[in-house]
Amino acid sequence: MRLELREITKQFPGVLANDRISISADRGKVLGLLGENGAGKTTLMNILSGLYRPDSGEILIDGQARTFTDPADAIKAGIGMVHQHFMLVPVFDVVASVALGAEPVKGFLGTFDRASARKRVVELSTQYGLDVDPGARIEDLPVGVRQRVEILKALYRKSDILVLDEPSAVLTPGETEELFEIIRGLAAGGTTVIFITHKLNEVLEVADTITVLRRGRVAGTVLPRETTRAELANLMVGRDVELTVSRAPAKPREVVLDLVDLAVRDDRGGLAVRGINLQVHAGEIVAVAGVQGNGQTELVEAITGLRRVDSGSLTVGGEVVQNATPRHVSDMGVAHIPEDRSRDGLIANMTVAENYILDSYHRSPYSSGVRLNRKAIAEEASKGVREFDIRTPSVETHVGALSGGNQQKVIVAREFSRPVKLVVAAQPTRGLDVGSIEYIHRRIIEQRDAGAAILIVSTELDEVLALGDRVAVMYAGQIVGVLSSEQATKEAVGMLMGGVH
Amino acid sequence: MSGLRRRLRPLLVPVLAVLSAFVVGSLFLMLSDLKHLAMIPTDPIGALTGAMGDVINAYRALLLGAFGDPAKFALAFEQGTPKAWTTALRPISETLVAATPLMFTGLAIAVSFRTSVFNIGGDGQFVLGALGASIVALALRDLPAPITLVGALAGGVLFGALWGFVPGFLKARTGAHEVITTIMLNYVALQIVQLALRTDFLRQSTNSQPISKVLDFVRVPLLIPLPGLRLHWGFIAALVVAALISWFLFKTTKGFELRSAGQNLTAARYAGMSAGGSIILAMVVSGALAGLGGAFQVMGSVTQMSNDVNSGYGWTAIALALLGGTRPGGVVAAALLFGALNNGGHGMQVATSIPLDLLVFIQALVIMFVAAPDLVRKIYRLRPPKPEVAATATEGASA
Ligand SMILES: Nc1ncnc2c1ncn2[C@@H]1O[C@H](COP(=O)(O)OP(=O)(O)OP(=O)(O)O)[C@@H](O)[C@H]1O
Ligand SMILES: [Mg+2]
Repeated sequence: MRLELREITKQFPGVLANDRISISADRGKVLGLLGENGAGKTTLMNILSGLYRPDSGEILIDGQARTFTDPADAIKAGIGMVHQHFMLVPVFDVVASVALGAEPVKGFLGTFDRASARKRVVELSTQYGLDVDPGARIEDLPVGVRQRVEILKALYRKSDILVLDEPSAVLTPGETEELFEIIRGLAAGGTTVIFITHKLNEVLEVADTITVLRRGRVAGTVLPRETTRAELANLMVGRDVELTVSRAPAKPREVVLDLVDLAVRDDRGGLAVRGINLQVHAGEIVAVAGVQGNGQTELVEAITGLRRVDSGSLTVGGEVVQNATPRHVSDMGVAHIPEDRSRDGLIANMTVAENYILDSYHRSPYSSGVRLNRKAIAEEASKGVREFDIRTPSVETHVGALSGGNQQKVIVAREFSRPVKLVVAAQPTRGLDVGSIEYIHRRIIEQRDAGAAILIVSTELDEVLALGDRVAVMYAGQIVGVLSSEQATKEAVGMLMGGVH
Repeated sequence: MSGLRRRLRPLLVPVLAVLSAFVVGSLFLMLSDLKHLAMIPTDPIGALTGAMGDVINAYRALLLGAFGDPAKFALAFEQGTPKAWTTALRPISETLVAATPLMFTGLAIAVSFRTSVFNIGGDGQFVLGALGASIVALALRDLPAPITLVGALAGGVLFGALWGFVPGFLKARTGAHEVITTIMLNYVALQIVQLALRTDFLRQSTNSQPISKVLDFVRVPLLIPLPGLRLHWGFIAALVVAALISWFLFKTTKGFELRSAGQNLTAARYAGMSAGGSIILAMVVSGALAGLGGAFQVMGSVTQMSNDVNSGYGWTAIALALLGGTRPGGVVAAALLFGALNNGGHGMQVATSIPLDLLVFIQALVIMFVAAPDLVRKIYRLRPPKPEVAATATEGASA
């Protein structure tokens, strides 16, 4: 079906999230939606899927104006949405998850007709190449497969228009390729797809047209074959962006982080980190590359005091820190940018200012022993907001209301607001727009040049290559290779990540 | 929005919820009004007006029972005798007496909820607080009264805090779920009270019931020096404690830790806060508040320790904490409302022979309507709150 949004406007307190936005997509086409963090993409899609009502503007499907009062209306009109944060019940199996809310029923009592639900799920998954085991429990599935379940859920409801909000943010490169195959297949079958991403290569690869939003408005609509990454980046942020931040060669000094035969267990008691030896020097960035789930999370947690070390030794600046408390580690000058910002790094229902002091509230000037110093907190937080260009109506705004990029900036601003010796950053730019990535990369390089030792953990090859003075590749709990920045090419690192060496 | 309207806006839904509860309550009153129901076939209009008249009378009696009769106030002004004043002031005094223990337990539960710890043990902490106060009072009875009194209150705090510490510690150390442990400890507390009331030290030897000696040798001073008015300084203490709790939660580093842990335990842990420490602290503070409530109840309102000092205050507190949005100011308001309903209900029962159960029903309706703000908004066609505003309302920077 042809979809058109006309002059959509949506105002939130203090932010005009959508300002007369018009977009359109033809039947069987893929519309790529780009835009910096907070540009209003999710808001626009939430309007399309009936979650929000627009202040003005209209939604046209096949030329007919429609109004949706709730998501059920939008689903009836054929709009399926895969949210950035999946909405699945962990203990349900695939069939139940897909059918939930639209269960086929049988008999006088109207009981759940499992068999026919299962049949449709299998049909749909073969038809569109969405490979899933219909009986598997959601919690046992990797993210990539969960996403397929979400897509199946939309297809099951006969969606003719499918919205995917940043589907690739959590996928491995291989899973992303598979997702693109699915998208192409859907489009060929007549589904209209709206695909949101921050990764320029991806839109160029999969979209038929690209609309770029900036600060709530349409900045331009372009065709992939007539544009370049640089032009897209410019449209997004309104200035030229350095897609790979330039940096001087590192001048490594003394060892700060020293890991010797480090072994760490995961939650189920298995060895996740199996004897790692790694040194990070002051003034250098070591980037740990690897596919998600090869022990990186446990490694970071061990270094920051959040997980017990099983054996081996771990020192920071010569001081033994294995099994020290997180507070002790942080007080030693270790900054930590956690992997999952909304779960580990921020408290959504608290203000920007409160989140800004989350790990230093007990120190001066924020605390005078018992009392919090509200004035100092507000002042310092405002300073951080200015310095890091965090887009928020005020420091008293709840952090959960900020866009993803701005949330991440709150964390980075907080961690860099105190003297640091070692920076441990996990997925520091996941889900961020090119402008914010450039910005955060600059700040990290600045910290390096100021003499901090930096350990970056990232599944994003581009990021690893852009930042690493040395690149360590992790596979199955071990470091399978350490490459200098000259040796580290996409191919070389990619091979090691796949366990080939 | 002007400053005042902005401040009043969060009150809109609760006020409308109370109103709705009374309207729905009146429908049930009419439906249970057999006399007028029987009249419908012969005289429908008369039945309706009669039933409505009865409802109005009932609610009038409720209001007078809760806040006092203007006519009696007028009389008191005219005559100026202590006796006239006592009659005029007694209803409101009794409402505040009824609200006082609820304020303490409501605050106790609110503190725990703020930290995402579900203290269901307010009852046990309350009775043990009362027991602690009685024991200390008897032990120190020969000392100067102020010392005895302060000691007794401290005893209540200590016993309550201990009864909060145990489940807090168990949760922090072993992960034992506090809902289960606190419920179990409620029963243990009751048994401890039974046991203690059998000892010669506590027991009133002239009474066959398990009830303590009369503790009127030292009493929380009365607020209004008229005979027959029980309102004591415990009420003022509850207000002060509410202000202190508000200060503690929103202005201190420990309060910040509790709120952080309550909102997102993982993020709090990542930020270097001790999750276990927050849980234990929240439970100790919570228990101490309930215990202090128990101490004031026995040293101020009832003057004799028995199982009857408590009437489900720890349970009602759960509803109050939710009604008040876990904000100290909100909890105080909710406790006052429930105090008024409980006390006014007695007045209504006497005046109209409508059973007290109806008040329990109306209380349940209030809770229901407050718990379903969307319903209230639908009924009154209010605009939904802007996301920002809604979030701030539940958080509440100060109360
Ligand atoms: N519920 C809300 N209440 C208040 N402000 C909001 C709300 N939702 C979004 N906003 C604001 O509206 C703007 C647009 O947000 P939106 O989530 O649509 O951005 P986005 O383009 O999806 O960004 P990202 O790429 O980071 O996901 C932001 O400034 C955000 O802070
Ligand atoms: Mg978004």
